[in-house]
Amino acid sequence: MAEITNTYILEKLQQHFGADVLSSEESYGMLSVTLNKERNVDVIKFLRDDSELQFNFLTDLCAVHYPDNVGNELCMVYHMHSFYTNLRIRLKFFIPISHPHIATITVLYDAANWQERETFDFYGVVFDGHPNLKRIVNVDEMDYFPLRREYPLEDGTRNDKADEYFGR
Amino acid sequence: MQDPITPELLKDYTTLNLGPTHPATHGIFQNVLKLDGEVIVDTEQTVGYIHRAFEKIAERRPFYQVTTLTDRMNYCSSPINNIGWHMTVEKLIQVEIPKRAQYIRVIIMELARIADHIICNAVIGVDTGALTGFTYMFQWREKIYDIYEQICGARLTTNIGRIGGMERDLNETAIRLINEFLRDFPKVFGQFRSLLERNRIFMDRVIGTGPISAERALNYGFTGPNLRAAGVDYDVRVMNPYSSYQDFDFNIPIGTSGDTYDRFMVRNEEMVESMKIIRQALDNLPEGRHFADVPEFYLPPKEDVYTKMEALIWHFKIVMGEQDVPIGEVYHSVEGGNGELGYYLVSDGGRAAYRLHFRRPCFIYYQAYPEMIKGSMLSDAILTMSSMNVIAGELDG
Repeated sequence: MAEITNTYILEKLQQHFGADVLSSEESYGMLSVTLNKERNVDVIKFLRDDSELQFNFLTDLCAVHYPDNVGNELCMVYHMHSFYTNLRIRLKFFIPISHPHIATITVLYDAANWQERETFDFYGVVFDGHPNLKRIVNVDEMDYFPLRREYPLEDGTRNDKADEYFGR
Repeated sequence: MQDPITPELLKDYTTLNLGPTHPATHGIFQNVLKLDGEVIVDTEQTVGYIHRAFEKIAERRPFYQVTTLTDRMNYCSSPINNIGWHMTVEKLIQVEIPKRAQYIRVIIMELARIADHIICNAVIGVDTGALTGFTYMFQWREKIYDIYEQICGARLTTNIGRIGGMERDLNETAIRLINEFLRDFPKVFGQFRSLLERNRIFMDRVIGTGPISAERALNYGFTGPNLRAAGVDYDVRVMNPYSSYQDFDFNIPIGTSGDTYDRFMVRNEEMVESMKIIRQALDNLPEGRHFADVPEFYLPPKEDVYTKMEALIWHFKIVMGEQDVPIGEVYHSVEGGNGELGYYLVSDGGRAAYRLHFRRPCFIYYQAYPEMIKGSMLSDAILTMSSMNVIAGELDG
């Protein structure tokens, strides 16, 4: 059996998902792969069930908002960990903010349930097929998604912390 | 005459609110239990009562100010959170910190782990009706806080250490207190263990209570003592050693059935192992400096700020968040009191993190609670909860 390296994992992903593997990079030792958003469940299932890779543990999932990335504003980030090879991988799926839908992975991992609810709560990402998609830490009446970049942390009328005062 | 107990009546369940402020939840979160007599049929959980939007706040703060946010997640072992965050930034800026600082960090983190487990295990005793053990053990948490106080000046929300090392070296009082702790705590701890571990009443209450299989635990994203109690020997300290954990000789205790007794026992054994690690770290404490040479991130000592031009400039630049930060994404995790505490940091080179996500172990494994208590008695649900060690601050983030 070949030694499992980041390059090897990437090759395997490219073999199986072909053009759905959009880009990849290695940062601080961790392989980070961007893929087609339609394939998120397939990719995670493949990584989990492959007899060599065995990414058996979903460490974490969250979203990031890039308002300047028009058409692909929201990025879903999944971190997976293999307890067998002790490798970690970061998977990214970009989705448009105008239609923020992605398939749920609660079918694979129960751990994703609350994390997806949290991501919905913060960013408004709708996880299709989620058993109980509602806000988790914020009040149900909230009508916006607070971690999106357009919501400033502080009162918008304050300017004493504006960047211009710090030479930027 | 018709039988007064109709099937409709038998299906009539009682709804009971456990929490948000119930003494047995040890924090603010709610469980709406559906009860059939005293047996739990279903549970609905509500969390978020102390949500403080740390991830949003962190997008506005320079890195060194995020440390105080991490304190307030798992406030039972805040030094681990602090140091985990420092190490995340150190990974981003790629700085190797001196061995001495790494060993000091190990000592502090293991003390924090002991403090965390003291609370959890002593409280399991309380929830079964054994208050005595708690009163003995809690004194020792105070003694750990005395050690923190010598190292960083604070007790609960410690803000301990700095990006790039420790704010000061271990002083003589701290070393004396640690030595005294290692000398005297095992005696009390032994008494506590002999009070409960083989106590028939205690064992009858906790064995088989709230079990979870290894497979389900992994699926639910369990980490830390709760996962190890189910029989999976995953520990970040061994799997991905950080801060020189590879230098120390220690065991990873695991359980078999993942029930309350196993979780209790795993935590007890971990305290023993933590003491072993502290002993080794203290005996082999390397010479050298307690901080790395990264003036652009490490806050200079105050006496230098007052007397030296260069230190003053660095101080100003750090406090105003004017230093250049590399652009990149980094994930770093440490073994917190409750499991894998992860930090996912996206930096765009700006003054604050572009995005910072905390992998909070409590938040992830507390989802499994309804499954673990389904079909058990109400009083067992209380024990299951206290043995899972759900910390509200970490739960809500």
